[in-house]
Amino acid sequence: MSKPYYDPADLRKFGKITEWSEEIGNKFFDYYGKVFEEGALSAREKSLIALAVAHVVKCPYCIDAYTKDGLQRGITKEEMMEAVHAGAAIESGATLVHGVQMMNKYNKLSM
Amino acid sequence: MTKMPTKSLKAREKELAAIEKQMEVLNGELFQSGELPFFKDKIAELGCFPLKPKKLEILQINVGYMCNQVCAHCHVDAGPDRKEIMTRETMEQCLEVIRHTGAHTLDLTGGAPEMNPNFRWFVEEAAQAGIQDFIVRSNLTIIRANKKYHDLPEFFKKHKVHVVSSMPHYTRGKTDKQRGNGVFDASIQALKDLNAVGYGMADSGLQLDLVYNPSGAYLPGDQMALENDFKKALLEDFGIHFNSLFAITNLPISRFLDYLLASDNYEDYMYALVEAYNPAAVANVMCTNTLSVSWDGWLYDCDFNQMLDMKVASKVKHIKDYNEEIVNDRNIIISQHCYGCTAGAGSSCQGTVA
Repeated sequence: MSKPYYDPADLRKFGKITEWSEEIGNKFFDYYGKVFEEGALSAREKSLIALAVAHVVKCPYCIDAYTKDGLQRGITKEEMMEAVHAGAAIESGATLVHGVQMMNKYNKLSM
Repeated sequence: MTKMPTKSLKAREKELAAIEKQMEVLNGELFQSGELPFFKDKIAELGCFPLKPKKLEILQINVGYMCNQVCAHCHVDAGPDRKEIMTRETMEQCLEVIRHTGAHTLDLTGGAPEMNPNFRWFVEEAAQAGIQDFIVRSNLTIIRANKKYHDLPEFFKKHKVHVVSSMPHYTRGKTDKQRGNGVFDASIQALKDLNAVGYGMADSGLQLDLVYNPSGAYLPGDQMALENDFKKALLEDFGIHFNSLFAITNLPISRFLDYLLASDNYEDYMYALVEAYNPAAVANVMCTNTLSVSWDGWLYDCDFNQMLDMKVASKVKHIKDYNEEIVNDRNIIISQHCYGCTAGAGSSCQGTVA
């Protein structure tokens, strides 16, 4: 059987990216850690945003990570699914709003 | 997701009911291969091996494995089919120790401790020993399980017992999945009963704490954040008050280990525990200030070691021979399950430790 592109065990090795480029790798992880701290938004709210974005960028590692993170924070499955819908709505909205461009072009080209 | 069991591993004659089998898993390939470090080596890096007790603060007595619930994560493998119950004779031996111990906290656990036929007598006697903090770990539903238990809140109040109760989540679905159908509603009613006599209410002096265990193969989140969420939801939805929430990590033994293996989560969970290893938690793990007594009077470093039948490494191994000085001068027995107590903010029967 061929190996899949995505291996769930690779998520554990994420930190190893610093081995080939230590300084900017560390800067990224410092930044990442800082972003998810309690701030004007709670860490709980940021976890749900991360889950929504994980789906929009279709990152299987991020989906695993932030589903688990949500469980750890006591976030319910209903809240998680609503967050996914929020992401999906923006993503589909982003597609659909281009429909205006299509309409504009159509109208411009049509007599 | 796995189906909720209705009997203990022991009654189901599961292979994992055997302690040797559990130890085989905990000392298995994942650690033997060097993929993950043994707990012993990890704490040796801090100069903490062998791990030694500090002053004894908490005497935790398990009065029996019988329980009205069969929770999916239970490290005791407790249930209605478990017949191991502390006798009055052993309780008398415990009382002798309680009257003379230097520990400031007495912590009764089970099973459902209230199901021991001598439970009330034992509480009445122990309450007179003048221990500063007297805890009973109640699963809540027992209070509603049978008429004979309905007056437990009053009984606890009379003896100024500090009630510590399990509550996996403030929503019905998550609670019932871990602890069984109907547990959530019965727990809510029991919490209302406790509130009604003053437990968890401001200035009553009657302490009601909740214990949160994750309902699955993940670690608990921040204890304070969870406490805030629980307080808000239980108050808004049910008008319930409580004092503190203890977030406790599930240790990979007994029924929780069975669940991890059956759901193919064991390896990931052990990785998560090791990755979350927090050196700051090592100094305060509960085995350094707690002693656990089993239903039949044997002494253990903690309730988890009790379930793995790892008796204290001391010449005094039984409550009848108890000598605090001798018992306190021992090496604590550790294995890979101990990573559960050092992950993140650490975990103990009193919640986080770091």
